[in-house]
Amino acid sequence: MANAKEMKALVFGPVFANNPIALQVLGICSSLAVTTKLDKAIVMGVALTLVTAFSSMFISMIRNHIPSSVRIIVQMTIIASLVIVVDQILKAYAYNVAKELSVFVGLIITNCIVMGRAEAYAMKSPPLMSFLDGIGNGLGYTVLLVIVAVIRELFGSGTLLGVEILPLISAGGWYQPMGLLLMPPSAFFIIGGLIWALRTWRPEQQEKH
Amino acid sequence: MEHYLSLFVRAVFIENMALSFFLGMCTFIAISKQVKTAFSLGIAVTVVLALSVPLNQIVFKQFLAPGALAWAGFPDTDLSFLGFIAYIGVIAGLVQVLEMFLDKYVPSLYNALGIFLPLITVNCAIFGAVAFMVERDYTLTESAVFGVGSGIGWTLAITVMAAVSEKLKYADIPVALRGLGSRFFMVGLMSLGFLSFSGVQL
Repeated sequence: MANAKEMKALVFGPVFANNPIALQVLGICSSLAVTTKLDKAIVMGVALTLVTAFSSMFISMIRNHIPSSVRIIVQMTIIASLVIVVDQILKAYAYNVAKELSVFVGLIITNCIVMGRAEAYAMKSPPLMSFLDGIGNGLGYTVLLVIVAVIRELFGSGTLLGVEILPLISAGGWYQPMGLLLMPPSAFFIIGGLIWALRTWRPEQQEKH
Repeated sequence: MEHYLSLFVRAVFIENMALSFFLGMCTFIAISKQVKTAFSLGIAVTVVLALSVPLNQIVFKQFLAPGALAWAGFPDTDLSFLGFIAYIGVIAGLVQVLEMFLDKYVPSLYNALGIFLPLITVNCAIFGAVAFMVERDYTLTESAVFGVGSGIGWTLAITVMAAVSEKLKYADIPVALRGLGSRFFMVGLMSLGFLSFSGVQL
């Protein structure tokens, strides 16, 4: 059984030092379209964290019984079932957010982080550690998603979680919203800028060629 | 006819899978370094999209939609919650069959696309297009047009992106921005360009 320090490293390592989006281009696909509003991004992050954690745990539990030739299908089935559960829960208890997230909850199935952790970590580690690894990677993804969503919602529409922070000119305030931040290109620029900042801060992540 | 043309243009330019929905980005950013490989991957994605979207439309309408199983004597059954698992199964199966078919009958194409085919199962653009088809309730013809259109749009985006990065090899980019960072700015600028299509109405 691993000690507490190792567990902590497993959960918090991916959040800062080894953040999966910045380092490995994983899971970027579905993450950006939901960042126009903070609440959508948080729900998406929580959904992905839960799916990653539980899929890693279940795959790790049966890892010794999966023939390696069909392991992708087995992983896919487990992940897809978990995503269906998450989708049904969201539809039952948070219908409006689920409606806004539209197809992007389903896209967790093809999210590279979930598959990546299952393949790279859960296939050779015990269930509890895999679960924590999933939580850690899910959190790293959530943090980035939330940063992008805060920038886009705050400066794009002057609100956070729907609460007005910067009073808009159209509502008698002083802030002129940046419409571009609500459009798709801004998410690319923000992620690009984040990677730039992160790699300036941690030069060991730079690409040499 | 006009309706289909408008749907096609929307899928290619206005609602480009890669540039406005961020779908298929993983491969998009990893692969698009050479125009030739990018184009081959684009063709492979288009073929799979053109087949899997209509196929999943049939699966949804005939088996999963509420009341779809009436022909089998279960008029009250609603299996739409099984959607995700069914679609991914259909896509994975289709890619496998396509791979075997190409290997046997069109070996030259298989050699060109071969390495990309297994990757495509987990390409978000495919699954995304299928999910959009279900959400927007397309008919069989509409879903075929939509599948081909979004495939061509994706190919266009990834090929142009590869062409730009080939030229950027000679640029003097700040060290921390090299690779991944510069790619995002590049895609952002391309996406900005594609925004100008949003006024096009047929």
